Amino acid sequence: MVTVDDTIKDRAGLERKLAITSYNVDPSRAHIRIIDPDVCLQCERQQCINCCPAACYAPQPDGRVLFSYEGCVECGTCRIVCYEFHNIEWTYPRGGFGVQYRYG
Amino acid sequence: MSLERVDVIIVGAGPAGVAAGLPLAQSGLEVVILERGGYPGSKNVMGGILYRQPTEALVPGFWREAPLERAIIEQRYVVLTEDSAIGLSYRTQAFAQEPYNAFSVMRAEWDRWFAQQAEAAGAFIATGMTVEDLVWRDGAIAGVKAGEAGDELYADVVVLADGANSLLAQKAGLHREWHPSEQALVAKELIRLSEEVINERFNVPPGLGVAMEVFGQSTAGLLGYGFIYTNRETLSIGTGALLSDLIESGLNVSDMLDQFKRHPAIAPLLEGGELVEYSAHLIPEGGWHAMPTLFTDGAVVVGDAAGFVNPISREGSNFAMISGKLAAEAIIEAKQSGDFSAASLSRYQELLEESFILQDLYTIRNVTPFVHQRPYLLRDVPAALAAALRDYLTVDGTPKTVKYGKIARRLQAAFPPGRTLRDLLSGARMLR
Repeated sequence: MVTVDDTIKDRAGLERKLAITSYNVDPSRAHIRIIDPDVCLQCERQQCINCCPAACYAPQPDGRVLFSYEGCVECGTCRIVCYEFHNIEWTYPRGGFGVQYRYG
Repeated sequence: MSLERVDVIIVGAGPAGVAAGLPLAQSGLEVVILERGGYPGSKNVMGGILYRQPTEALVPGFWREAPLERAIIEQRYVVLTEDSAIGLSYRTQAFAQEPYNAFSVMRAEWDRWFAQQAEAAGAFIATGMTVEDLVWRDGAIAGVKAGEAGDELYADVVVLADGANSLLAQKAGLHREWHPSEQALVAKELIRLSEEVINERFNVPPGLGVAMEVFGQSTAGLLGYGFIYTNRETLSIGTGALLSDLIESGLNVSDMLDQFKRHPAIAPLLEGGELVEYSAHLIPEGGWHAMPTLFTDGAVVVGDAAGFVNPISREGSNFAMISGKLAAEAIIEAKQSGDFSAASLSRYQELLEESFILQDLYTIRNVTPFVHQRPYLLRDVPAALAAALRDYLTVDGTPKTVKYGKIARRLQAAFPPGRTLRDLLSGARMLR
């Protein structure tokens, strides 16, 4: 059980929130991909990291960005905020896979 | 039913797609609705307010059987500063009785029920089907490519109801990619309390509820608003901002929502609650200036995919349903003439122009840029108002003439010099 207090007490709030979101993860296909990881080195703000509502983008020590698709909520934010470099290949998951909202 | 060719293919079983499918099926056309989720609603999110009138235009008396949470009888507008809240509320018994005005709903339940109505009318809903691409014949859209095998399915008309993040409108050549200033991202949480606790905290009898729109600190001062809606035994709480403002501020919507939840005027409403779901979704807020072309040879665009949202008055699902219904009317007429060209489907645009949809989008076309260019409206003005009210309400022996002078100076300082009158005038003109 995740209480309201759990979600606001520290920066791990988002992880706790995502832990109760239900997904049917497609084991064989990542529906989103960073096209060229080197392009991210030219991106000053790397706004995909702070804009993603599911923390799917993580900064790497070498300056690149690591994307993990498993927790993606399929909103489309990352593709739209990468408007300077268009470095994200974005498709929807295969039918039936991905996030499954029980309430919405 | 032969699955190779039908009269109409609808991509997306949300409110817009189903609202198109229902009357089309009722008129006897063969309709297939393709939904990428495991069930209608499984990918869909909204704050949670569904309006009665547009829904009733499709399913008369729906509130007697549809899965609804509470009928909304009270609207609260709140502005938060760091440690204060200013509010205005309106409550009426008129909204507490049939036919009601609006309801709080859960999209996963509502969408599934609404889709069942289209199914009962004869529409075929295929779930777990992601449309990968459009199929073209002689320069016209002639069908879709869907599912893992890339099966092709043909139709006279394809209705693009694939939501805020419509990739198909782009593939159809009707729209370019959105700019970050044209989409807002909202994070939402569903918080379980109990029916009794919600009744007490919001001062409502069972079955009736409250909608709150919250400005100021609910969005960390960014353009937009947070919301709290009462469901039967849960609260929907959310907040968001334009993607361009999230980029600029470096803020994350989940953090923004947590900050909203911590506010001393909000926290007591949520206290003791349990998080049952976290979700996030885009809202196409670009409006009139960002609208795609709405029809082409063999296809029309409806709902969020067309950017039909009025963020100022919190309307979207009603735009979706009415645009779906109007698309269905245009398609039924096109079927009678056997002409599915852009010229024939332009009837859809005519119907939209005659309705509130395009009229309202035109009316509010400059409101977002207006407020966006005046950040003091959501930051300095609420802070000055709150400080003025605190001065006024604090009894401390200060003579009233001194106090009133202080209040006047505070309010004056909140508005950049010389701007006030001009802003008021141009604001009023803008909505004429």
